[in-house]
Amino acid sequence: MHASLVVSGLRKVYEGAGRRVEAVRDLTFTVDAGELVCLVGPSGCGKTTLLKCMAGLLAPTSGEVLLGGRRVSGPPPGMAFVFQEYGRSLFPWMRVGENVELPLRQKKLGRVRRRELVVDALESVGLADAAGAYPWQLSGGMQQRVAIARALAYEPEVLLMDEPFAAVDAQTRADLEDLVRRLWRRRGITVLFVTHDIDEAVYLGERVLVLSASPTVVREQLKVDLPEERDQLRTRVAPRFAELRTRVYEQIQAAKRGEPVVEDAPPPR
Amino acid sequence: MKDDPAGRRRPGTWGGRLLRALFVVALPALLFGLWWLASDGSTDVYWPPLRTILETFPDVWTRARLRADLLPSLLRLLAGYTSAAVVGIGLGTVIGSYRKVRAVCEPVLEFLRAVPPPVLVPVIMLFAGIGDTMKIVVIASGCVWPVLLNTIEGVRAVDSVMSETARSYGITGPARIRSVVLPSAGPQIFAGLRQALSIGIILMVISEMFAASNGLGFTIVQFQRGFAIPDMWTGILVLGLLGFLLSVLFQLVERRVLGWYHGLRDSSRRSP
Amino acid sequence: MKPTSPRGGGSSGRAVNAALGAAGLAAFLALGEAVPRLGLVKEQFFPPTSRIARALGGEITDSAFWADLGDTLTGWALGLVIAVGAGVVAGVVVSVVPYLREATASTIEFLRPIPSVALIPLAVLLYGTELRSVLLLVVYASFWQVLVQVMYGVRDVDPVAEETARSYGLGTWARIRHVLWPTALPYVMTGVRLAAAVALILTVTAELVIGAPGLGARIAVAQTSQAVPELYALIVVTGLLGLLINVGARSVERYALAWHQSVRGEVTV
Repeated sequence: MHASLVVSGLRKVYEGAGRRVEAVRDLTFTVDAGELVCLVGPSGCGKTTLLKCMAGLLAPTSGEVLLGGRRVSGPPPGMAFVFQEYGRSLFPWMRVGENVELPLRQKKLGRVRRRELVVDALESVGLADAAGAYPWQLSGGMQQRVAIARALAYEPEVLLMDEPFAAVDAQTRADLEDLVRRLWRRRGITVLFVTHDIDEAVYLGERVLVLSASPTVVREQLKVDLPEERDQLRTRVAPRFAELRTRVYEQIQAAKRGEPVVEDAPPPR
Repeated sequence: MKDDPAGRRRPGTWGGRLLRALFVVALPALLFGLWWLASDGSTDVYWPPLRTILETFPDVWTRARLRADLLPSLLRLLAGYTSAAVVGIGLGTVIGSYRKVRAVCEPVLEFLRAVPPPVLVPVIMLFAGIGDTMKIVVIASGCVWPVLLNTIEGVRAVDSVMSETARSYGITGPARIRSVVLPSAGPQIFAGLRQALSIGIILMVISEMFAASNGLGFTIVQFQRGFAIPDMWTGILVLGLLGFLLSVLFQLVERRVLGWYHGLRDSSRRSP
Repeated sequence: MKPTSPRGGGSSGRAVNAALGAAGLAAFLALGEAVPRLGLVKEQFFPPTSRIARALGGEITDSAFWADLGDTLTGWALGLVIAVGAGVVAGVVVSVVPYLREATASTIEFLRPIPSVALIPLAVLLYGTELRSVLLLVVYASFWQVLVQVMYGVRDVDPVAEETARSYGLGTWARIRHVLWPTALPYVMTGVRLAAAVALILTVTAELVIGAPGLGARIAVAQTSQAVPELYALIVVTGLLGLLINVGARSVERYALAWHQSVRGEVTV
């Protein structure tokens, strides 16, 4: 049930009142089925725009997004989106369980099946007991777990995550990163994870895409050849981790300065 | 009260509870006593002794009278208020959802809202005569504006991230209205419903004062015209009680429906 | 690049909105003309817009109309001033004197929802068609709006600011002046705005039902003499009056709020 995600020649221009802003210029990349790819770029580089185009929430000006070979022209049923603003993406008038269940009702699943999926999803994010609570009774990190559980219960082929941990504290963040790795390995979902945190990108991803400043293009694609099994203590002090993060850091700095992209720069071995 | 600043005192202790009960009863009791004493032995026809008013009360507000006057008033209020709520929320959801429609309607709605509702009574009497229909239409046409405008505002202000979340999970159409738009606009809609309730009571009374053969407004004016002053005073008391009870009822419903909202607000107030 | 989609922002957006609003108003007036002309409703019940406009023209050349308008405005303004004055003083006293708020809470909760029209028979008996009849109703209805807002406002006073003021030895009066009043001002303004609208409703109602001189009484006369176009014209006048009051009160409120924010340097509301 996994699918690849192909972005080709994507361009997005906002037409304002007498004002044109080219947010994304020309983006082409592929996320293979079952792959976990991180997207980093300097702040304000059109990451959110790109994600929204991919999720079918915004129509691109030109180019296209293919999910499992099908062109995305509206929110596709096989895709789930986790937003940065957990407080605004969970519905405060619904209990945690209802929040997770709502998209499933829309999928016209039976009651028993919905129940099963909700319980399973909440369990896998470690919130089995919280189903009856309201989101605002939970801490920020727990709320984001609920949002992740909602996405998992939806059984997506592709999971898009837009800086999901930018607003939680450092320790919670580390826990949530491990959670994402774990869920990805267990469920084999295709994940595209957008972040502005270089360490997070390298720690999480199988591959890191570095974007340029707006108008956005892909500056570099980097294979993260760290072992499958990662943990916060050892992985982050591994020499290879340091090399990779330095490489990404340099690229981001160059992007901020607006230096041209060096084509086909071989990833350092 | 829920959010009283009585955290200073310990509410659990007997002393605290007693003190709180004292606070609730003391002033009303004092005012009642003052009224009783000041009016006792009063010979002013317009200000009969409270004793007389209270003695008159059971004679005037018999079961038969309640059925003949209170019930019709309440039914009209219910009919008018409910139809205003349905129309206001329905129409408000549509207008609030489309920016262009909103821009087109706004000035007209602002004007219609600004018309003091009681002046509609003479106009509606032209169309609907002086029967129950007239009174229900009067109540509905006065109550609809606060509901409508607040719904429009609430629907317009649905959080963009929530909207996008709903859209990304394919929650569209009626499900979106039911699960996302209306709950999100709920607090605003209830603010409108609350305003509408007090307008509705005013219009209920006014429309009965104009032309009616029963109802609270009619009866009270009859007492006044017949110089049955203590009876009139009991009528004022009944109207006052009615207003109070309806507002309590409204608060109970609101607390139930918007429980999540009060919880959310309290929790964000505790930790800003 | 935040995806601030160019939704009606800027001056051109506002111009478009104004044009749409004008179109809506024009359509409303045209409908008012067409519906009776086409015989959809009886013309003697619902005169076409042009007839109402003519009647309105007749009214504004009639000096008696202006006298009535003056009476209505007098009742409204006097009632509002008394209610605001009493509401502010009572609100501050109740909030500042220890335990008074707790002691009055139940009484206020009981008296506030009592419909002021319940006092109509009493007003008629006591004052007949005098201005005092109108004032009784207007003040009773508007007073609570102000009182409750003032109490909200005082409750919003920052305890730290209050403590600071106390620690510098500011007396009660100085604390009210420098700490309490600036905080409560926006709430007071909201109360005044609500009270202004309520006061107009009750002024017109009292005139209409009791027969105190003013626009309301003029409407009653138009009704009994079957002068339907005049009836509509007068209703339009009360609507315009209400609109003027709403817009005026809102801009005063906004002005006060802007001042408030610039002073406190933070965004509330």
